[in-house]
Amino acid sequence: MADLEAAIGADRVRSDAAARYLASRDASIYREGNAGPVCYAGSTSDVVACVQIAARHGRAVSPRGAGTGLAGGAAPLGQPVVLSMTRMDKLLEVDLDNGVAWVQPGIVNLDLSRALAPHGVHYAPDPSSQAACTIGGNVANNSGGPHCLAYGVTSAHVVAVEVVLSDGSVATLGDLSAEPAGYDLRGAFVGSEGMCGIATSVAVRLTPNPPAVRTMLLCFGDVSDAAATVSAIIADGIVPAAIEMMDQRCVTAVEDFAQAGYPSDAAAVLLVEVDGPPGGVAIAAEKIAGIARRYQAMSVRTAADEGERARLWKGRKSAFGAVANVMPDYYLHDTVVPRTRLVEVLESIYEIVDRYDLIVLNVFHAGDGNLHPILAYDSRVPGADERVHAAGREIISLSLDMGGALTGEHGIGVEKREHMSRMFSEVDLDQQARLRASFDPYCRMNPGKVLPSAHSCSDIAALRASDAAGVWG
Amino acid sequence: MADFDEALSSFAAEVGSQDPVCVRGGGTRWGLGGTVAPGTREVAAPEGIVAFEPAEMTVRVRAGTPVTELHAELAGAGQRTALPERPGGTVGGALMAGESSIARLGLGPVRDALLQVRYVCADGRIASGGAGTVKNVSGFDLCRLLVGSLGTLGLVGEALLRTVPVPEVERWVRLAGAAADSARSCHTAASVLWDGTDVWALLSGYGVDVDEDLGVLASVGSCEDVGGPPDLPFHRWSCTPAQAASFGAQNGAAGRFVAEIGVGVVHASEPQPARPVEPGVAELNRRFKERFDPTGRLNPGRDPLRKP
Repeated sequence: MADLEAAIGADRVRSDAAARYLASRDASIYREGNAGPVCYAGSTSDVVACVQIAARHGRAVSPRGAGTGLAGGAAPLGQPVVLSMTRMDKLLEVDLDNGVAWVQPGIVNLDLSRALAPHGVHYAPDPSSQAACTIGGNVANNSGGPHCLAYGVTSAHVVAVEVVLSDGSVATLGDLSAEPAGYDLRGAFVGSEGMCGIATSVAVRLTPNPPAVRTMLLCFGDVSDAAATVSAIIADGIVPAAIEMMDQRCVTAVEDFAQAGYPSDAAAVLLVEVDGPPGGVAIAAEKIAGIARRYQAMSVRTAADEGERARLWKGRKSAFGAVANVMPDYYLHDTVVPRTRLVEVLESIYEIVDRYDLIVLNVFHAGDGNLHPILAYDSRVPGADERVHAAGREIISLSLDMGGALTGEHGIGVEKREHMSRMFSEVDLDQQARLRASFDPYCRMNPGKVLPSAHSCSDIAALRASDAAGVWG
Repeated sequence: MADFDEALSSFAAEVGSQDPVCVRGGGTRWGLGGTVAPGTREVAAPEGIVAFEPAEMTVRVRAGTPVTELHAELAGAGQRTALPERPGGTVGGALMAGESSIARLGLGPVRDALLQVRYVCADGRIASGGAGTVKNVSGFDLCRLLVGSLGTLGLVGEALLRTVPVPEVERWVRLAGAAADSARSCHTAASVLWDGTDVWALLSGYGVDVDEDLGVLASVGSCEDVGGPPDLPFHRWSCTPAQAASFGAQNGAAGRFVAEIGVGVVHASEPQPARPVEPGVAELNRRFKERFDPTGRLNPGRDPLRKP
């Protein structure tokens, strides 16, 4: 404590119970986090100092942004030094000639896009939590969002990143040139969930605002027709900017909460956005409307103006908050399935949820097969937690059996760590452990995440060492 | 988890686990990052398309397959990939070189095209990275690590690639005596090339939008249809987009050049001088090589840090 205070200032280090409690969790249902002292870094040199001090004391370091993560990735294990990056929230430079902006990791995703608006450009990945989540957290989780269907997830939008490694050294991974020499270290770093180092400055790609945008709401009397429409759109060679789907229960919850103008009588709605040059946008929109009608769409509505478009998107992005009107707790899943198999996957999910006597609200990135079934429940009801977890495991199994993936954008964190060996072989996991160890041979950065316990022996050692040392004084 | 097919298993057996080994595709970028050490045993990756799923917009293909052959197959369904086509160049070679196509503005970089990779590790076992879906963030990103690694971390046997629709119209035009940024407002430009005197643009998209952009270019100056891009000088420089857009003035030593505007790749008749590498980055590169290939048996003599 004294070393940390001397290094970055007593007002930037807290070890009281309240600060440590707040830093012990993220937005997931994981409750076992245990934070050591919480340091609020103001600069790269603060980060270096904290990492070096932690290393000297044999302590791990867990970085955190806004704590909006849904997989326990930011939940500190074994009382590490927690480095909060939220005070490093500046937009450092907008470099239009090179199509990038340098930002500090604590900048909020939506604040960045707002600051870029006068330049006619934006930062493309737009997680539903974009009003709160930070770019550093997005880099750690390789976050997605509705518009990643056409534009790609975070990794495609990080050009270079300055990182502090576990030995306190600083390196810039990637550069602004077209093809940086050496291994794609910035690619390997993005999505590493804080386990490879701490990002202290990020060059993000600027995406020019599209000249034309059309947002359509397609309503269906049957969930299967909506899912089949998604598959048909993709099969037709159209790549919309976004295809989002909500089922009736979700639409109802959203309407009660956000009054976005969704119809309450549809079994499912698709929110489809196409953008690009105006001619192509018109053609694609017409094709999509035709496909929807072929699959018995009850209505096809195009947002008349920016106001209506904003309302439709607000409804979609407030879906998770709206669940509070249905049940006090929810468990949000994030698996991916081949987008040609959406119909059968959704049918199976409803069947699983019925069997466990749970409520599910489906709201997800249908265009890339990224499911987000929300299991709404009341944890005060005896046995509810167990039923939710059992149903969750079945949904994961179902997704993997369909040739899918454990997570599309939320990350593995603690939540899905032990499921990794269902998706990857021993050899695969060994290779992933080598990637991690190349950055952090000491397993000191955010230990205990992503890799199942058998593949993170050094992590276990690091965690034990922390526990043995007891509470920080 | 996957059962590996016969082709992949045989490739792994051929690679083995002991002696120095290199894999050769079409040899189109063979000297990139240094020459393979003498006496290194040469193997060839398996060939063939395993599964093309047009409705999923993915294709699973073996690394030894020529890119042109792959694209000919995909064209039947109106699709292709972001991999560059070079005469004889293979899928594995394109991934390991990591160099983008000249239509990168439209197609995106090679690194974003690889969804799943199956490769033979230094110890002879087969590993898999990524997932069989178009979106995935499960675990550490071995796909991106391998793209551009010149086969020094693992030898790629099979790849799942993202496909993209072939546009309705593609037209190369030349603007004589135009400034580097002349095509800046063209939304359909998939490639903009500039040799210090003229600008070439590949307009790609729906016909109505391409026509709109042709109108814009015609108002800038003389705009004529040409069959394709200009001849590209042999050497490849990696610059920032800003450097590429002002290339001629600062780089007399480059000789004749064609710069990819908005991207930063510059094709020049003289090679790019060695770029400075941060000591921390060099150290990380060394550690990756050491962890993934402890005995240095995979493509010895080649090093991605020595790529121009």
